[in-house]
Amino acid sequence: MHRTAVKKVVLEGVLDANDALAQANRQQFDHAGNFVVNMMSSPGAGKTALLEHTLDRTLGKVRIGVLEGDVQTTLDADRLARFHTPIVQVNTDAGFGGECHLDANMVRFGLAELPLHDIDVLIIENVGNLVCPAEFKVGEDVRVMVYAVTEGEEKPLKYPLMFRSADLVLVNKVDLLPHLHFDMEKFLRNLDAVNPGVERIMTSAATGEGVDEWCSWLERRKG
Amino acid sequence: MHELAIAGHVVDIAARHADGRRVTKVYLKVGHLRQVVPSALSFSFDLVAEGTTVEGAELALEEVPAVGLCRKCGAETRLEAFPLQCGACGGLDLEITQGEDLYVESLEMEEQTTNNQKLTS
Repeated sequence: MHRTAVKKVVLEGVLDANDALAQANRQQFDHAGNFVVNMMSSPGAGKTALLEHTLDRTLGKVRIGVLEGDVQTTLDADRLARFHTPIVQVNTDAGFGGECHLDANMVRFGLAELPLHDIDVLIIENVGNLVCPAEFKVGEDVRVMVYAVTEGEEKPLKYPLMFRSADLVLVNKVDLLPHLHFDMEKFLRNLDAVNPGVERIMTSAATGEGVDEWCSWLERRKG
Repeated sequence: MHELAIAGHVVDIAARHADGRRVTKVYLKVGHLRQVVPSALSFSFDLVAEGTTVEGAELALEEVPAVGLCRKCGAETRLEAFPLQCGACGGLDLEITQGEDLYVESLEMEEQTTNNQKLTS
């Protein structure tokens, strides 16, 4: 048999399939009246610790549900179990050696386990990673990034994809500032260079600083 | 390493459009602002394509430069680095008109379906 090469025009977005699923998630959220936060950061920036404070402050005021994404373990979900809030853990290790992010399809699976109609705010705690989660919409209303001052001033310039996509940056671990050579002005300058004027709140999961302000932001944006 | 996840989607798209035919080349457009490392993407592509009709295909990756349209003065600027700034007035309020692309433009494939496919069809 003879073979001829043919060329075919495709013009298909690499993330189209994911975006379509994200849109489907979004419709489900809208139907249930959920305000959805996609929370992203590098590993160890303090997402879960801030979530603990958030659940503590909003108990009885806002019904928060949590979708935890991790490559492995249910450690984060276990930490939050004491708040008796709807929570589901999605492990991404079924993917190609453990996906480094949540995509719309993984979130879709997690949603089946959550009572969305009994939730006002759904917080999706993404896998700790400063690059990949930024690429994948999951159907969220807002993207909140947690950034620890221990990560240095230059990260916005090195990882612009995620910093550009954030609606709010929680600048965490500020209680450590006296012990660090961290130039806050320089960091904020770098942040504004990639995402001019993005909202930011100084927080500490250790002392609780800024947590009230963050919870107010959440309630305000929820509408 | 978002390149691995991106490569997975590229292979899926190519295989679906080829519909059983062997893919020999995939043309991919990547915007300058997508933060994609070409070598990491090519490596991941080869890995993910193994065992599919896209195995052994060449990944032709073309970077699309970033361009912004100033909302204040209307000037168009090619954007190389952050801050993304208007070259004419220095304004930061830009509409990104190019550089966030990430799509499979076209692919080359063999006309014959593979033997396996022929047997089942």
